Amino acid sequence: MSDLTKLTIAAARDGLAKGDFSSRELTAAHITAMAASKPLNAYITETPEQAVDAATASDARRAKGEAGKLEGIPLAIKDLFCTKGVLTTAASHILDGFTPHYESTVTAKLWDAGAVMLGKVNLDEFAMGSSNETSFYGNVVNPWRRDGDDSALVPGGSSGGSASAVASFSAMGATGTDTGGSIRQPAAFTGIVGMKPTYGRCSRWGVVAFASSLDQPGPMARTVRDTAIMLESMAGFDAKDSTSVNMPVPNFEGALTGDIKGLRIGIPKEYRIDGLSDEIDALWQQGIDWLKEAGAEIVEISLPHTKYALPAYYIIAPAEASSNLARYDGVRFGLRVEGKDLNDMYASTRAEGFGAEVKRRLLIGTYALSAGYYDAYYLKAQKVRARIAEDFKQAYLNVDAILTPTAPSAAFGFGEKGDDPLEMYLNDVFTVPASLAGLPGISVPAGLSKEGLPLGLQLLGKPFDEETVFRVGGVLEEAAGFTATPTDWWRG
Amino acid sequence: MSLDKATVAKVANLARIKIEEKDLEPMAAELNNILGWVEQLGEVDTDDVEPMTSVAEMSLRWRADEVTDGGYVEDVVANGPNHEDGFFAVPKVIE
Repeated sequence: MSDLTKLTIAAARDGLAKGDFSSRELTAAHITAMAASKPLNAYITETPEQAVDAATASDARRAKGEAGKLEGIPLAIKDLFCTKGVLTTAASHILDGFTPHYESTVTAKLWDAGAVMLGKVNLDEFAMGSSNETSFYGNVVNPWRRDGDDSALVPGGSSGGSASAVASFSAMGATGTDTGGSIRQPAAFTGIVGMKPTYGRCSRWGVVAFASSLDQPGPMARTVRDTAIMLESMAGFDAKDSTSVNMPVPNFEGALTGDIKGLRIGIPKEYRIDGLSDEIDALWQQGIDWLKEAGAEIVEISLPHTKYALPAYYIIAPAEASSNLARYDGVRFGLRVEGKDLNDMYASTRAEGFGAEVKRRLLIGTYALSAGYYDAYYLKAQKVRARIAEDFKQAYLNVDAILTPTAPSAAFGFGEKGDDPLEMYLNDVFTVPASLAGLPGISVPAGLSKEGLPLGLQLLGKPFDEETVFRVGGVLEEAAGFTATPTDWWRG
Repeated sequence: MSLDKATVAKVANLARIKIEEKDLEPMAAELNNILGWVEQLGEVDTDDVEPMTSVAEMSLRWRADEVTDGGYVEDVVANGPNHEDGFFAVPKVIE
């Protein structure tokens, strides 16, 4: 049998339906690939026995004619989603041993659709990072390397384990979460597709919270079609998430018509930032040409407050995090470090349990919310956020979608951006504005850098118009014809 | 606005994160680096702008104030590092 791990979700779905192979065979192939991918450190917890059981149950359902939309498809789950009876860490020491007694809504929906869990994948601690260098469980390694160079590169973050697993063919798809670019940027760094839906489209219930007004689960897979298939099973109203939106879930796969004639695509001039590399700029121009050739109309637009998105984000997200992460105090979850009294126990537990980047953000957030500074920082940032959202609203009066690069560079090496957090934050310069506005966005692999690394283009859509994002993304994917894969050096 | 050592110590206490005396100064520098960069938000005219509090244009749903679920005491306490008889146990707080 040919290598089942190389199939797309769509092809595996068809092969399973035709009886060419079983979910047990498909799952076994991925368990082997997962075991061989250890040098990438993509998985925190592997669940091969449960995967085999789930695949067996899936084959039985199929035999009875009860196949779901993702029946028998093996997936990796970002270790930020609570999974019943399976260790859930958020890649933090402070959640040592946390084993939820409940299942997140999104993963429950995936299992209802027939999907099989391979394991829980690594991430930046509490999803705070852009390079997967802040995990308590160690760095995730990008399966891609520069041409003729063996040095390890970051997979992006925070959904770096998800990206690395999908790009290395140890999972057909993975869940991610995106707060400021955590699905789209790692997708770009690893040559896969990552889709952040509109805020409110997928339930946040049971997802470890980072910044609640920004966090949004979404799919990561190797093709636009595969992410559309996954999102259809992940999305939907959930009464347990107070900001879940009660709207029907469209047939996202059906949106991939290949026809974008007459669509108006905006090119925001403010995204031509100082120092944008020629390579990224050329790729962006190439993307513009592809869409034009496919019959879209290209329109220059202005999003005047773009440059303020990052500083606003780095007040709002830490402020919300400082509130959300107050619950980790050595009482209800995981780690406890004893102290001389209760307060000392709290402070000692949090000092040992949180890593440096998380502490830095919690202190910024606490300061921004503290008496006397709330108006100057948090309120101001929320007002700037309103202006950024208004920029997009105005732009969408005139265009159907927006095309930008996903990230300002290709994947970089470990420690290359370690000294100054601001340098790391700049990675999210193209993804954060849409996060603040709650808009859907997709990163599609569009080419290789001079050094042989994947580069992504980002498409942004109107609120709850994921269908147009998928449609244009599909055309972009087709035009780019990105078929490169990393050499499988990690198999030794 | 620039944070000094004493302010960092105060914020760390509010955040319940123990920071060693020797680490306060470097932390102040790190935080000032970020806050200095954030200062540029002051350039944006936000007079008459309502702060954004909801991403989707929606109002929060109402529901009847009634019990719809619950009764999972053992599930709730199961992950606590120290629990007894359905309660989380903490160091003594009243002398």
